[in-house]
Amino acid sequence: MRIGFRCCHGFIRRQTELLSLTPLALLLGTFAMLTTLSARGDETTIAVASNFTAPMQAMVNQFEAQSAHRVKVAFGSSGKFFAQINHGAPFDAFFSADAEKPARLIAQGLAEKTSLRTYAEGKLVLWSRRDGFVDDQGLVLKSGQFHKLALANPKLAPYGAAAIEVLQHLKLAQSTRSQWVQGENISQTYQFVASGNADLGLIALSQVMRDGKITEGSAWLVPDSFYGPIRQDAVILKRGRENPALLAFWLFVKSPAAQATIRRYGYNTGASSGPLKATEGGDTDAE
Amino acid sequence: MLSDTDLGAIWLTLRLATTVTLLLLVLGTPLALWLARTRSIFKGPVSALVALPLVLPPTVLGFYLLIFMGPSGPMGKFTEALGLGTLPFTFWGLVVASLLYSLPFVVQPIQNAIEAQGPRPGEVAATLRSGPWDSFWHVTLPLAKPGLLTAAVLGFAHTVGEFGVVLMIGGNIPGETRVVSVQIYDHVEALEYTQAHWLSAAMIVFSFAVLLLLYLLQQRKSAVGLRYGS
Repeated sequence: MRIGFRCCHGFIRRQTELLSLTPLALLLGTFAMLTTLSARGDETTIAVASNFTAPMQAMVNQFEAQSAHRVKVAFGSSGKFFAQINHGAPFDAFFSADAEKPARLIAQGLAEKTSLRTYAEGKLVLWSRRDGFVDDQGLVLKSGQFHKLALANPKLAPYGAAAIEVLQHLKLAQSTRSQWVQGENISQTYQFVASGNADLGLIALSQVMRDGKITEGSAWLVPDSFYGPIRQDAVILKRGRENPALLAFWLFVKSPAAQATIRRYGYNTGASSGPLKATEGGDTDAE
Repeated sequence: MLSDTDLGAIWLTLRLATTVTLLLLVLGTPLALWLARTRSIFKGPVSALVALPLVLPPTVLGFYLLIFMGPSGPMGKFTEALGLGTLPFTFWGLVVASLLYSLPFVVQPIQNAIEAQGPRPGEVAATLRSGPWDSFWHVTLPLAKPGLLTAAVLGFAHTVGEFGVVLMIGGNIPGETRVVSVQIYDHVEALEYTQAHWLSAAMIVFSFAVLLLLYLLQQRKSAVGLRYGS
Protein backbone atom coordinates (compact mmCIF):
# COMPACT_ATOMS: atom_id res chain seq x y z
CA MET A 1 0.00 0.00 0.00
CA ARG A 2 2.99 2.23 0.51
CA ILE A 3 4.11 1.90 -3.09
CA GLY A 4 2.94 5.31 -4.24
CA PHE A 5 4.95 7.11 -1.61
CA ARG A 6 8.10 5.06 -1.84
CA CYS A 7 9.04 5.91 -5.40
CA CYS A 8 12.66 6.61 -4.59
CA HIS A 9 13.48 3.17 -3.26
CA GLY A 10 15.10 0.64 -5.55
CA PHE A 11 13.28 -1.29 -8.20
CA ILE A 12 13.79 -4.56 -6.37
CA ARG A 13 12.19 -3.25 -3.25
CA ARG A 14 9.14 -2.19 -5.21
CA GLN A 15 9.02 -5.57 -6.83
CA THR A 16 8.92 -7.34 -3.49
CA GLU A 17 6.29 -4.99 -2.19
CA LEU A 18 4.22 -5.70 -5.25
CA LEU A 19 4.69 -9.38 -4.72
CA SER A 20 3.67 -9.15 -1.10
CA LEU A 21 0.51 -7.46 -2.25
CA THR A 22 -0.52 -10.35 -4.48
CA PRO A 23 -2.32 -12.33 -1.74
CA LEU A 24 -4.18 -9.19 -0.75
CA ALA A 25 -5.18 -8.59 -4.34
CA LEU A 26 -6.39 -12.17 -4.60
CA LEU A 27 -8.37 -11.76 -1.44
CA LEU A 28 -9.93 -8.55 -2.69
CA GLY A 29 -10.69 -10.22 -5.98
CA THR A 30 -12.45 -13.11 -4.28
CA PHE A 31 -14.33 -10.69 -2.09
CA ALA A 32 -15.43 -8.73 -5.14
CA MET A 33 -16.62 -11.95 -6.78
CA LEU A 34 -18.53 -12.93 -3.68
CA THR A 35 -20.21 -9.55 -3.45
CA THR A 36 -21.23 -9.65 -7.10
CA LEU A 37 -22.70 -13.09 -6.48
CA SER A 38 -24.71 -11.84 -3.55
CA ALA A 39 -25.77 -8.86 -5.61
CA ARG A 40 -27.46 -11.31 -7.98
CA GLY A 41 -28.85 -13.66 -5.36
CA ASP A 42 -29.01 -14.28 -1.66
CA GLU A 43 -27.93 -17.21 0.38
CA THR A 44 -29.83 -19.34 2.86
CA THR A 45 -28.76 -22.06 5.27
CA ILE A 46 -31.19 -24.82 6.12
CA ALA A 47 -31.08 -27.83 8.45
CA VAL A 48 -32.29 -31.10 6.97
CA ALA A 49 -32.83 -34.52 8.55
CA SER A 50 -30.19 -36.88 7.24
CA ASN A 51 -32.72 -39.42 5.89
CA PHE A 52 -33.72 -36.76 3.36
CA THR A 53 -30.17 -36.11 2.12
CA ALA A 54 -30.45 -37.51 -1.41
CA PRO A 55 -33.73 -35.87 -2.48
CA MET A 56 -32.71 -32.57 -0.85
CA GLN A 57 -29.43 -32.51 -2.75
CA ALA A 58 -31.30 -33.21 -5.98
CA MET A 59 -33.80 -30.45 -5.22
CA VAL A 60 -31.09 -27.93 -4.34
CA ASN A 61 -29.33 -28.69 -7.63
CA GLN A 62 -32.59 -28.22 -9.52
CA PHE A 63 -33.26 -24.98 -7.68
CA GLU A 64 -29.80 -23.50 -8.11
CA ALA A 65 -29.85 -24.30 -11.82
CA GLN A 66 -32.81 -21.97 -12.27
CA SER A 67 -32.18 -19.35 -9.60
CA ALA A 68 -29.43 -16.94 -8.58
CA HIS A 69 -30.03 -17.78 -4.93
CA ARG A 70 -27.80 -20.24 -3.14
CA VAL A 71 -28.89 -22.87 -0.60
CA LYS A 72 -26.45 -24.23 1.95
CA VAL A 73 -27.66 -27.45 3.57
CA ALA A 74 -26.60 -28.96 6.89
CA PHE A 75 -27.58 -32.63 7.13
CA GLY A 76 -27.86 -34.28 10.54
CA SER A 77 -30.10 -35.76 13.17
CA SER A 78 -33.32 -33.91 13.94
CA GLY A 79 -32.75 -34.22 17.69
CA LYS A 80 -29.40 -32.46 17.44
CA PHE A 81 -30.75 -29.76 15.15
CA PHE A 82 -33.61 -29.21 17.59
CA ALA A 83 -31.15 -28.66 20.45
CA GLN A 84 -28.94 -26.44 18.29
CA ILE A 85 -31.85 -24.27 17.07
CA ASN A 86 -32.82 -23.85 20.72
CA HIS A 87 -29.37 -22.45 21.28
CA GLY A 88 -29.32 -20.01 18.41
CA ALA A 89 -28.03 -22.07 15.49
CA PRO A 90 -27.99 -19.97 12.29
CA PHE A 91 -30.59 -21.88 10.25
CA ASP A 92 -33.36 -20.30 8.20
CA ALA A 93 -35.54 -23.40 7.96
CA PHE A 94 -35.72 -26.86 9.48
CA PHE A 95 -36.73 -30.00 7.59
CA SER A 96 -37.30 -32.46 10.41
CA ALA A 97 -37.61 -36.24 10.27
CA ASP A 98 -40.75 -36.08 12.40
CA ALA A 99 -43.74 -33.88 13.15
CA GLU A 100 -43.03 -33.39 16.85
CA LYS A 101 -39.92 -31.23 16.75
CA PRO A 102 -41.20 -28.54 14.36
CA ALA A 103 -44.37 -28.32 16.46
CA ARG A 104 -42.30 -27.81 19.60
CA LEU A 105 -40.21 -25.11 17.95
CA ILE A 106 -43.44 -23.29 17.09
CA ALA A 107 -44.66 -23.64 20.67
CA GLN A 108 -41.37 -22.16 21.85
CA GLY A 109 -41.75 -19.21 19.51
CA LEU A 110 -38.68 -20.12 17.46
CA ALA A 111 -40.51 -21.00 14.24
CA GLU A 112 -43.26 -19.50 12.09
CA LYS A 113 -46.55 -21.20 12.86
CA THR A 114 -48.07 -20.49 9.45
CA SER A 115 -45.16 -22.05 7.59
CA LEU A 116 -45.59 -25.55 9.08
CA ARG A 117 -46.12 -28.18 6.39
CA THR A 118 -45.60 -31.87 5.76
CA TYR A 119 -42.99 -31.98 3.00
CA ALA A 120 -42.74 -35.76 2.75
CA GLU A 121 -44.18 -38.95 4.18
CA GLY A 122 -41.79 -41.79 4.76
CA LYS A 123 -42.51 -45.38 3.68
CA LEU A 124 -41.21 -48.43 5.47
CA VAL A 125 -39.68 -51.39 3.68
CA LEU A 126 -38.44 -54.77 4.88
CA TRP A 127 -35.11 -55.14 3.13
CA SER A 128 -32.26 -57.62 2.82
CA ARG A 129 -29.17 -57.17 0.70
CA ARG A 130 -29.50 -60.80 -0.40
CA ASP A 131 -31.54 -61.46 -3.53
CA GLY A 132 -34.67 -63.51 -2.92
CA PHE A 133 -34.32 -63.48 0.87
CA VAL A 134 -37.37 -61.28 1.37
CA ASP A 135 -40.56 -62.44 -0.38
CA ASP A 136 -43.19 -59.98 -1.58
CA GLN A 137 -45.52 -60.83 1.33
CA GLY A 138 -42.96 -60.37 4.10
CA LEU A 139 -43.51 -63.99 5.21
CA VAL A 140 -39.82 -64.29 6.09
CA LEU A 141 -40.61 -62.26 9.24
CA LYS A 142 -43.13 -64.87 10.41
CA SER A 143 -40.89 -67.79 9.48
CA GLY A 144 -38.25 -66.60 11.94
CA GLN A 145 -35.58 -67.88 9.52
CA PHE A 146 -33.14 -65.04 10.18
CA HIS A 147 -30.55 -64.09 12.80
CA LYS A 148 -30.90 -60.36 13.29
CA LEU A 149 -33.61 -57.86 12.42
CA ALA A 150 -32.38 -54.27 12.31
CA LEU A 151 -34.70 -51.41 13.16
CA ALA A 152 -34.21 -47.81 14.21
CA ASN A 153 -34.42 -46.98 17.92
CA PRO A 154 -38.18 -46.42 18.38
CA LYS A 155 -37.54 -43.86 21.10
CA LEU A 156 -35.51 -41.65 18.78
CA ALA A 157 -36.57 -42.29 15.21
CA PRO A 158 -40.08 -42.16 13.73
CA TYR A 159 -39.10 -45.02 11.40
CA GLY A 160 -38.27 -47.07 14.51
CA ALA A 161 -41.65 -46.33 16.07
CA ALA A 162 -43.33 -47.30 12.80
CA ALA A 163 -41.32 -50.53 12.66
CA ILE A 164 -42.62 -51.46 16.12
CA GLU A 165 -46.18 -50.74 14.94
CA VAL A 166 -45.66 -53.09 12.00
CA LEU A 167 -44.33 -55.86 14.23
CA GLN A 168 -47.24 -55.38 16.62
CA HIS A 169 -49.68 -55.44 13.74
CA LEU A 170 -48.17 -58.76 12.62
CA LYS A 171 -48.19 -59.97 16.27
CA LEU A 172 -44.47 -60.58 16.03
CA ALA A 173 -43.19 -57.93 18.45
CA GLN A 174 -42.67 -60.39 21.30
CA SER A 175 -41.35 -63.36 19.36
CA THR A 176 -38.75 -61.40 17.39
CA ARG A 177 -37.58 -59.12 20.20
CA SER A 178 -34.45 -61.13 20.97
CA GLN A 179 -33.37 -60.74 17.33
CA TRP A 180 -33.62 -56.94 17.23
CA VAL A 181 -30.62 -54.74 16.78
CA GLN A 182 -31.28 -51.04 16.95
CA GLY A 183 -29.60 -48.26 15.01
CA GLU A 184 -29.49 -44.81 16.57
CA ASN A 185 -31.09 -43.50 13.41
CA ILE A 186 -32.38 -44.91 10.16
CA SER A 187 -29.04 -44.40 8.36
CA GLN A 188 -27.24 -46.56 10.86
CA THR A 189 -29.99 -49.17 10.65
CA TYR A 190 -29.47 -49.30 6.90
CA GLN A 191 -25.72 -49.68 7.48
CA PHE A 192 -26.31 -52.75 9.68
CA VAL A 193 -28.26 -54.45 6.91
CA ALA A 194 -26.09 -53.23 4.02
CA SER A 195 -22.95 -54.58 5.70
CA GLY A 196 -24.67 -57.96 6.12
CA ASN A 197 -24.44 -57.88 9.91
CA ALA A 198 -28.23 -58.06 10.08
CA ASP A 199 -30.02 -60.29 7.54
CA LEU A 200 -33.12 -58.14 7.61
CA GLY A 201 -34.03 -54.57 8.39
CA LEU A 202 -37.12 -52.38 8.56
CA ILE A 203 -35.72 -49.30 6.89
CA ALA A 204 -36.85 -46.30 4.86
CA LEU A 205 -37.85 -47.02 1.28
CA SER A 206 -35.94 -43.88 0.30
CA GLN A 207 -32.70 -45.57 1.29
CA VAL A 208 -32.96 -48.38 -1.24
CA MET A 209 -34.97 -46.72 -3.98
CA ARG A 210 -33.65 -44.77 -6.94
CA ASP A 211 -35.88 -43.71 -9.80
CA GLY A 212 -38.74 -45.85 -8.62
CA LYS A 213 -36.77 -49.12 -8.34
CA ILE A 214 -35.14 -51.05 -5.51
CA THR A 215 -31.40 -50.72 -6.13
CA GLU A 216 -30.24 -54.10 -4.82
CA GLY A 217 -31.22 -57.09 -2.71
CA SER A 218 -34.83 -58.03 -1.98
CA ALA A 219 -37.58 -56.04 -0.35
CA TRP A 220 -41.18 -56.06 0.83
CA LEU A 221 -42.96 -52.72 0.78
CA VAL A 222 -44.90 -52.73 4.04
CA PRO A 223 -48.56 -51.76 3.42
CA ASP A 224 -49.40 -48.23 4.60
CA SER A 225 -52.22 -49.61 6.78
CA PHE A 226 -49.75 -51.46 9.06
CA TYR A 227 -48.39 -48.25 10.58
CA GLY A 228 -49.33 -44.63 11.17
CA PRO A 229 -48.01 -42.09 8.67
CA ILE A 230 -44.35 -41.13 9.09
CA ARG A 231 -44.85 -37.42 8.64
CA GLN A 232 -41.79 -35.29 8.04
CA ASP A 233 -42.59 -31.65 8.73
CA ALA A 234 -40.71 -28.49 7.88
CA VAL A 235 -40.92 -24.98 9.33
CA ILE A 236 -39.42 -21.60 8.57
CA LEU A 237 -37.41 -20.40 11.55
CA LYS A 238 -37.57 -16.87 12.91
CA ARG A 239 -34.32 -15.72 11.33
CA GLY A 240 -35.34 -16.98 7.90
CA ARG A 241 -38.72 -15.36 7.47
CA GLU A 242 -37.39 -12.38 5.50
CA ASN A 243 -34.61 -14.11 3.61
CA PRO A 244 -35.51 -13.93 -0.11
CA ALA A 245 -33.36 -16.96 -0.92
CA LEU A 246 -35.19 -19.08 1.62
CA LEU A 247 -38.64 -17.91 0.58
CA ALA A 248 -37.83 -18.69 -3.06
CA PHE A 249 -36.55 -22.13 -2.15
CA TRP A 250 -39.58 -22.76 0.06
CA LEU A 251 -41.87 -22.06 -2.89
CA PHE A 252 -39.75 -24.28 -5.11
CA VAL A 253 -40.06 -27.24 -2.72
CA LYS A 254 -43.84 -27.06 -3.16
CA SER A 255 -43.58 -26.99 -6.97
CA PRO A 256 -44.63 -30.03 -9.04
CA ALA A 257 -41.04 -30.56 -10.21
CA ALA A 258 -39.75 -30.77 -6.65
CA GLN A 259 -42.66 -32.96 -5.56
CA ALA A 260 -41.84 -35.38 -8.37
CA THR A 261 -38.22 -35.52 -7.17
CA ILE A 262 -39.35 -36.30 -3.62
CA ARG A 263 -41.54 -39.16 -4.86
CA ARG A 264 -38.76 -40.53 -7.05
CA TYR A 265 -36.73 -41.04 -3.88
CA GLY A 266 -39.38 -43.20 -2.22
CA TYR A 267 -41.46 -40.71 -0.24
CA ASN A 268 -45.11 -39.87 -0.48
CA THR A 269 -46.06 -36.26 -1.02
CA GLY A 270 -49.33 -34.41 -0.78
CA ALA A 271 -49.84 -34.81 -4.53
CA SER A 272 -49.39 -38.59 -4.60
CA SER A 273 -51.36 -39.61 -1.54
CA GLY A 274 -54.17 -37.13 -1.78
CA PRO A 275 -53.94 -33.78 -0.04
CA LEU A 276 -52.21 -34.16 3.30
CA LYS A 277 -54.16 -32.91 6.22
CA ALA A 278 -53.11 -29.34 6.94
CA THR A 279 -51.58 -29.28 10.39
CA GLU A 280 -53.29 -26.79 12.63
CA GLY A 281 -52.81 -23.29 11.31
CA GLY A 282 -50.87 -24.65 8.37
CA ASP A 283 -51.00 -23.28 4.85
CA THR A 284 -50.06 -26.56 3.27
CA ASP A 285 -49.73 -26.41 -0.46
CA ALA A 286 -51.87 -23.31 -0.62
CA GLU A 287 -50.38 -21.78 -3.71
CA MET B 1 -32.56 -39.66 39.10
CA LEU B 2 -31.09 -42.76 37.53
CA SER B 3 -33.54 -45.29 36.11
CA ASP B 4 -33.09 -49.06 35.96
CA THR B 5 -31.93 -48.90 32.36
CA ASP B 6 -29.39 -46.21 33.35
CA LEU B 7 -28.08 -48.44 36.13
CA GLY B 8 -27.98 -51.38 33.72
CA ALA B 9 -25.91 -49.30 31.32
CA ILE B 10 -23.51 -48.28 34.11
CA TRP B 11 -23.07 -51.89 35.23
CA LEU B 12 -22.46 -53.05 31.66
CA THR B 13 -19.92 -50.26 31.12
CA LEU B 14 -17.97 -51.23 34.26
CA ARG B 15 -18.05 -54.89 33.22
CA LEU B 16 -16.77 -54.01 29.75
CA ALA B 17 -14.02 -51.71 31.03
CA THR B 18 -12.82 -54.26 33.60
CA THR B 19 -12.70 -57.09 31.04
CA VAL B 20 -10.88 -54.92 28.53
CA THR B 21 -8.37 -53.60 31.07
CA LEU B 22 -7.46 -57.07 32.34
CA LEU B 23 -7.08 -58.45 28.80
CA LEU B 24 -5.05 -55.44 27.72
CA LEU B 25 -2.64 -55.77 30.65
CA VAL B 26 -2.06 -59.42 29.74
CA LEU B 27 -1.73 -58.80 25.98
CA GLY B 28 -0.20 -55.32 26.11
CA THR B 29 2.68 -56.06 28.50
CA PRO B 30 4.56 -58.48 26.20
CA LEU B 31 3.98 -56.10 23.29
CA ALA B 32 5.31 -53.18 25.33
CA LEU B 33 8.30 -55.24 26.43
CA TRP B 34 9.10 -56.15 22.85
CA LEU B 35 8.72 -52.54 21.68
CA ALA B 36 10.95 -51.32 24.50
CA ARG B 37 13.75 -53.82 23.87
CA THR B 38 13.70 -54.59 20.16
CA ARG B 39 16.04 -53.23 17.50
CA SER B 40 13.97 -54.83 14.74
CA ILE B 41 13.05 -52.82 11.66
CA PHE B 42 9.42 -53.57 12.55
CA LYS B 43 9.58 -51.41 15.66
CA GLY B 44 8.56 -48.30 13.73
CA PRO B 45 5.59 -49.81 11.87
CA VAL B 46 4.32 -51.67 14.96
CA SER B 47 4.58 -48.53 17.12
CA ALA B 48 2.66 -46.62 14.47
CA LEU B 49 -0.04 -49.32 14.34
CA VAL B 50 -0.38 -49.29 18.14
CA ALA B 51 -0.72 -45.50 18.18
CA LEU B 52 -3.20 -45.41 15.28
CA PRO B 53 -6.37 -45.41 17.43
CA LEU B 54 -5.12 -42.19 19.07
CA VAL B 55 -5.37 -40.43 15.74
CA LEU B 56 -8.29 -42.10 13.95
CA PRO B 57 -11.82 -40.89 14.55
CA PRO B 58 -13.63 -43.70 16.43
CA THR B 59 -16.21 -43.81 13.64
CA VAL B 60 -13.50 -44.91 11.20
CA LEU B 61 -12.50 -47.73 13.50
CA GLY B 62 -16.14 -48.66 14.11
CA PHE B 63 -17.02 -48.59 10.44
CA TYR B 64 -14.16 -50.88 9.47
CA LEU B 65 -14.81 -53.19 12.40
CA LEU B 66 -18.44 -53.50 11.31
CA ILE B 67 -17.28 -54.62 7.88
CA PHE B 68 -14.28 -56.64 9.11
CA MET B 69 -16.27 -58.56 11.76
CA GLY B 70 -19.41 -58.84 9.60
CA PRO B 71 -20.36 -62.02 7.70
CA SER B 72 -18.46 -60.92 4.57
CA GLY B 73 -15.38 -59.73 6.47
CA PRO B 74 -12.31 -61.90 7.14
CA MET B 75 -12.80 -61.96 10.90
CA GLY B 76 -16.54 -62.59 10.52
CA LYS B 77 -15.84 -65.57 8.27
CA PHE B 78 -13.32 -66.86 10.81
CA THR B 79 -15.66 -66.55 13.83
CA GLU B 80 -18.51 -68.11 11.81
CA ALA B 81 -16.26 -71.01 10.84
CA LEU B 82 -15.56 -71.53 14.53
CA GLY B 83 -19.33 -71.66 15.11
CA LEU B 84 -19.30 -68.47 17.19
CA GLY B 85 -21.45 -66.41 14.82
CA THR B 86 -20.43 -62.84 14.07
CA LEU B 87 -19.18 -60.36 16.67
CA PRO B 88 -21.10 -57.12 16.00
CA PHE B 89 -24.04 -56.54 18.37
CA THR B 90 -22.46 -58.70 21.10
CA PHE B 91 -20.62 -57.95 24.34
CA TRP B 92 -17.52 -59.73 23.06
CA GLY B 93 -17.66 -57.70 19.87
CA LEU B 94 -17.41 -54.58 22.03
CA VAL B 95 -14.54 -56.18 23.95
CA VAL B 96 -12.58 -56.81 20.73
CA ALA B 97 -13.27 -53.28 19.50
CA SER B 98 -12.25 -51.75 22.83
CA LEU B 99 -9.04 -53.79 22.89
CA LEU B 100 -7.99 -52.04 19.70
CA TYR B 101 -9.36 -48.68 20.72
CA SER B 102 -7.65 -48.54 24.13
CA LEU B 103 -4.45 -50.34 23.10
CA PRO B 104 -2.14 -47.27 22.93
CA PHE B 105 -3.30 -46.10 26.35
CA VAL B 106 -2.05 -49.34 27.88
CA VAL B 107 1.00 -50.18 25.76
CA GLN B 108 2.65 -46.76 25.76
CA PRO B 109 2.92 -46.19 29.54
CA ILE B 110 4.27 -49.72 30.08
CA GLN B 111 6.73 -49.29 27.22
CA ASN B 112 7.90 -45.95 28.64
CA ALA B 113 8.36 -47.46 32.08
CA ILE B 114 10.45 -50.35 30.71
CA GLU B 115 12.51 -48.09 28.46
CA ALA B 116 13.23 -45.78 31.40
CA GLN B 117 14.82 -48.67 33.33
CA GLY B 118 17.55 -48.99 30.74
CA PRO B 119 19.50 -52.23 30.25
CA ARG B 120 21.33 -52.06 33.56
CA PRO B 121 18.87 -53.80 35.97
CA GLY B 122 18.58 -56.68 33.52
CA GLU B 123 22.36 -56.95 33.19
CA VAL B 124 22.84 -56.93 36.93
CA ALA B 125 20.21 -59.65 37.29
CA ALA B 126 21.98 -61.68 34.59
CA THR B 127 25.32 -61.51 36.47
CA LEU B 128 23.43 -62.92 39.44
CA ARG B 129 22.44 -65.88 37.25
CA SER B 130 18.89 -64.77 36.72
CA GLY B 131 17.34 -66.12 33.49
CA PRO B 132 15.25 -63.91 31.17
CA TRP B 133 11.95 -65.23 32.56
CA ASP B 134 13.05 -64.79 36.17
CA SER B 135 14.46 -61.37 35.40
CA PHE B 136 11.19 -60.31 33.73
CA TRP B 137 9.04 -61.32 36.71
CA HIS B 138 11.33 -60.19 39.50
CA VAL B 139 13.14 -57.19 38.04
CA THR B 140 11.45 -55.65 35.00
CA LEU B 141 7.82 -55.93 36.08
CA PRO B 142 8.24 -54.67 39.67
CA LEU B 143 10.27 -51.72 38.39
CA ALA B 144 7.57 -50.98 35.80
CA LYS B 145 4.79 -51.07 38.39
CA PRO B 146 4.01 -47.34 38.19
CA GLY B 147 3.71 -47.64 34.42
CA LEU B 148 1.43 -50.65 34.75
CA LEU B 149 -0.76 -48.73 37.16
CA THR B 150 -1.02 -45.76 34.80
CA ALA B 151 -1.79 -48.15 31.94
CA ALA B 152 -4.58 -49.84 33.88
CA VAL B 153 -6.19 -46.57 34.94
CA LEU B 154 -5.99 -45.00 31.49
CA GLY B 155 -7.16 -48.16 29.72
CA PHE B 156 -10.13 -48.46 32.05
CA ALA B 157 -11.09 -44.79 31.87
CA HIS B 158 -10.73 -44.65 28.11
CA THR B 159 -12.94 -47.71 27.62
CA VAL B 160 -15.60 -46.15 29.87
CA GLY B 161 -15.54 -43.03 27.70
CA GLU B 162 -15.81 -44.90 24.40
CA PHE B 163 -18.69 -43.88 22.21
CA GLY B 164 -18.13 -43.74 18.47
CA VAL B 165 -17.02 -47.34 18.06
CA VAL B 166 -19.84 -48.72 20.23
CA LEU B 167 -22.37 -46.68 18.30
CA MET B 168 -21.17 -48.20 15.04
CA ILE B 169 -21.10 -51.87 16.05
CA GLY B 170 -23.27 -52.04 19.18
CA GLY B 171 -26.88 -52.18 18.03
CA ASN B 172 -28.07 -50.70 21.34
CA ILE B 173 -29.05 -53.98 23.03
CA PRO B 174 -29.83 -53.58 26.75
CA GLY B 175 -27.44 -55.52 28.97
CA GLU B 176 -25.29 -56.45 25.98
CA THR B 177 -24.11 -53.36 24.12
CA ARG B 178 -26.00 -50.38 25.56
CA VAL B 179 -23.21 -48.64 27.50
CA VAL B 180 -23.43 -45.36 29.42
CA SER B 181 -22.20 -43.10 26.63
CA VAL B 182 -24.82 -44.50 24.24
CA GLN B 183 -27.51 -44.19 26.91
CA ILE B 184 -26.62 -40.50 27.37
CA TYR B 185 -26.77 -40.00 23.60
CA ASP B 186 -30.22 -41.63 23.56
CA HIS B 187 -31.45 -39.35 26.34
CA VAL B 188 -30.22 -36.24 24.53
CA GLU B 189 -31.68 -37.34 21.20
CA ALA B 190 -35.02 -38.12 22.85
CA LEU B 191 -34.93 -34.64 24.45
CA GLU B 192 -34.85 -36.22 27.94
CA TYR B 193 -32.42 -33.61 29.15
CA THR B 194 -32.94 -34.26 32.89
CA GLN B 195 -31.84 -37.90 32.68
CA ALA B 196 -29.03 -36.88 30.34
CA HIS B 197 -27.84 -34.40 32.97
CA TRP B 198 -27.85 -37.00 35.74
CA LEU B 199 -25.88 -39.55 33.78
CA SER B 200 -23.50 -36.96 32.35
CA ALA B 201 -22.82 -35.52 35.79
CA ALA B 202 -22.12 -39.03 37.07
CA MET B 203 -19.65 -39.53 34.22
CA ILE B 204 -17.85 -36.25 34.98
CA VAL B 205 -17.57 -37.07 38.70
CA PHE B 206 -16.34 -40.57 37.88
CA SER B 207 -13.75 -39.42 35.33
CA PHE B 208 -12.50 -36.68 37.64
CA ALA B 209 -12.16 -39.14 40.51
CA VAL B 210 -10.19 -41.59 38.37
CA LEU B 211 -7.81 -38.94 37.07
CA LEU B 212 -7.41 -37.40 40.53
CA LEU B 213 -6.47 -40.82 41.88
CA LEU B 214 -3.92 -41.18 39.10
CA TYR B 215 -2.28 -37.84 39.80
CA LEU B 216 -2.28 -38.38 43.57
CA LEU B 217 -0.46 -41.67 43.02
CA GLN B 218 1.95 -39.86 40.73
CA GLN B 219 2.79 -37.34 43.41
CA ARG B 220 3.39 -40.03 45.98
CA LYS B 221 5.94 -41.88 43.92
CA SER B 222 7.33 -39.62 41.26
CA ALA B 223 8.85 -42.48 39.34
CA VAL B 224 9.62 -42.11 35.67
CA GLY B 225 6.96 -43.62 33.46
CA LEU B 226 4.18 -42.24 35.57
CA ARG B 227 4.39 -38.89 33.89
CA TYR B 228 1.98 -39.97 31.21
CA GLY B 229 -0.42 -37.27 30.21
CA SER B 230 0.95 -34.64 32.59
